[in-house]
Amino acid sequence: MSIWIEEDAKVLVQGITGKQGMFHADKMVEYGTNIVGGCTPGKGGQTVELQGQQYPVWHSMSEAIEATDADATVIYVPPPFAAEAIMEAADAFDSIKGEGVVVCITEGIPTLDMVKAVSYVENRPGVRLIGPNCPGIITPGDSGGAKIGIMPGHIHAKGRIGIVSKSGTLTYEAVAQTMSIDEGQSTCIGIGGDPVNGTGFIDCLAAFETDPQTEAIIMIGEIGGNAEQEAAAWAKDNVTKPIVGFVAGATAPPGKRMGHAGAIISGGKGTAEEKFEAFRAAGIACAMDPSELGKVLLQSLKEAGLR
Amino acid sequence: MNIHEYQGKTLLRENNVAVLDGVHCTSVDQALAAYDNLGSKVVAVKSQIHAGGRGKGTLYRPDTREHVMDGGVKIAFSKEEVETYATNILGNVLVTIQTGDEGKIVNNLYIESGCDIAHEYYLALLVDRDNKSVLIMASTEGGMDIEDVAHNTPELIHKVVVDPNAGLLGFQKRDLGMALGLSGAALKSFGKMLSNMYSMFIREDCAMVEINPLVKTGADEMIALDSKISFDENAEFRHKNWDDLRDLSEEEDVEIRAKETGLSYVKLDGNIGCLVNGAGLAMATMDVIKLYGGEPANFLDVGGGADEEQVKTAFSIILEDPNVKGILVNIFGGIMRCDIIARGVIAATEALSLDVPLVVRLAGTNVDEGKKILAASTLNIHPADDLAEGAQKIVALIGGEE
Repeated sequence: MSIWIEEDAKVLVQGITGKQGMFHADKMVEYGTNIVGGCTPGKGGQTVELQGQQYPVWHSMSEAIEATDADATVIYVPPPFAAEAIMEAADAFDSIKGEGVVVCITEGIPTLDMVKAVSYVENRPGVRLIGPNCPGIITPGDSGGAKIGIMPGHIHAKGRIGIVSKSGTLTYEAVAQTMSIDEGQSTCIGIGGDPVNGTGFIDCLAAFETDPQTEAIIMIGEIGGNAEQEAAAWAKDNVTKPIVGFVAGATAPPGKRMGHAGAIISGGKGTAEEKFEAFRAAGIACAMDPSELGKVLLQSLKEAGLR
Repeated sequence: MNIHEYQGKTLLRENNVAVLDGVHCTSVDQALAAYDNLGSKVVAVKSQIHAGGRGKGTLYRPDTREHVMDGGVKIAFSKEEVETYATNILGNVLVTIQTGDEGKIVNNLYIESGCDIAHEYYLALLVDRDNKSVLIMASTEGGMDIEDVAHNTPELIHKVVVDPNAGLLGFQKRDLGMALGLSGAALKSFGKMLSNMYSMFIREDCAMVEINPLVKTGADEMIALDSKISFDENAEFRHKNWDDLRDLSEEEDVEIRAKETGLSYVKLDGNIGCLVNGAGLAMATMDVIKLYGGEPANFLDVGGGADEEQVKTAFSIILEDPNVKGILVNIFGGIMRCDIIARGVIAATEALSLDVPLVVRLAGTNVDEGKKILAASTLNIHPADDLAEGAQKIVALIGGEE
């Protein structure tokens, strides 16, 4: 088991004929992801070559899902059209299968577009949105696996640690830290750094808690908002598996946006200090330096009798 | 992206939200002409900077830092007073609780008619992260610092969450208005204002609209007496007019240049420059430098797919800061390949004849090739295997904290 995405999940790529879409679709196939085709309005009927194989392109997501029975889609559509792509995918999954996972990688989508898209997805309860502005989701397999996004596949290995993070490269850092203590990952999810997004920390923690493959969790947050505080409070009452945490941005000045649209301390709220405190209050083992995540995780595993 | 009060008022007026008559000025002569044209005996003379707390701010001479006047927003009862205030404000530095000690030079002034105020309220529209919707907040405690109100008397802040599918509904406007104690013509005026403001918020891709104070006049009309509006930068592609509204003097020149080359840069006060890929990792790199006794000089995210040229630009931006005594490069290659970064680092080091210590930590895609390239170079580059080692090395190389 894993969460939301099985190793052999059938995956579509929206924007597959674009430069970004094609580049990453190729990397996903190379990793072993079961790509079943893609969607670019106006380019239906064409094929794209990935790793020497031809893959079909459809005009619409409903055509693509009808034809392939896909489980998930990943969006590499430019910001002006990305929210619409999310809603098209959500509608198609909902009406055809009643379920599906929509992963949106695109960075720079207008916030009010996301307000609309998130509400649209929430009205289709079988559909899950991951992102936007995120590295995606990966479930490493015994050989290959399902890499749905832009993360470097080769740094991962199948295992029992679930990872959830707002940041891309910090997720990779966390993955490398699990590997440094000979642990692999069940599923790694980047929920993205935008103020308005789909799947949140609590969704991920709840899924990891019920997933038999996952035995411990790494949660990585950053300044801005209070999703980390809420997740910590929720975890205190609902998560029995050990959690290790880190929050980026302890040195960030207030009122300045730190790269991610959502990474901003406003009105003195959303500081790293506040979030670390919430983590500790919930019994989450904190690393003050991401290069110590492995060490802290090992300690937590030992305390839980898992090592 | 923030805009000035006078620009916000124009936008509000265009969207049928009641504001007082006012004139934007950049000179004392213009201010005096504005006084004559407005025909109002009493006017407000308002400093225009992108920071709050103007009324309680203090003006200083930019060169000598000599004290000029208390208060960046003044009520003038005569033309002579307008002249005095405008002279004291324009070209001087305004320091408020939000500007930091250095303050901001005031180049723009807004002269606004007076009005008969019966009560002051607070009103704000913003995107609420928790509800993933537009949130409208209102309070009877207008003219105060809303953070204080939220802290001391949270029950005096009333909130309405707008369902993006349904839009702002009639009952929500009534509920909010009645919570403020409005009735009759004032309640009606408030509802109309709210509708127009919400439509504007959506159409103009606002991130926040804050009206503090919103006032009720003696004639039961609701008027926006102040305006603080910011836009969602992600939506810039569909608002060509934002270029005209942008006041570049309010933004850090180097941050603008960084953005133009696809880099995200924020200057800080320390002496260790950082060059990192990814916003989260860039923040974590700063944090770890601090953890090991150093002070980061900047936040710099080169993004996911930086090329040699961008790496070079990143280095030159970091080195513009005279405080920088050393640089830590921290790259976890995903899309970005470590060999390309290594070549970029070497090219930039040579081209800029870098003379401060440089620590480079590479991980991820093509890391072995990247490390080989760095090792083969004759340049003074210190490799590190992980972030902690990198941070400790650079702190040691510059001699740590004084």
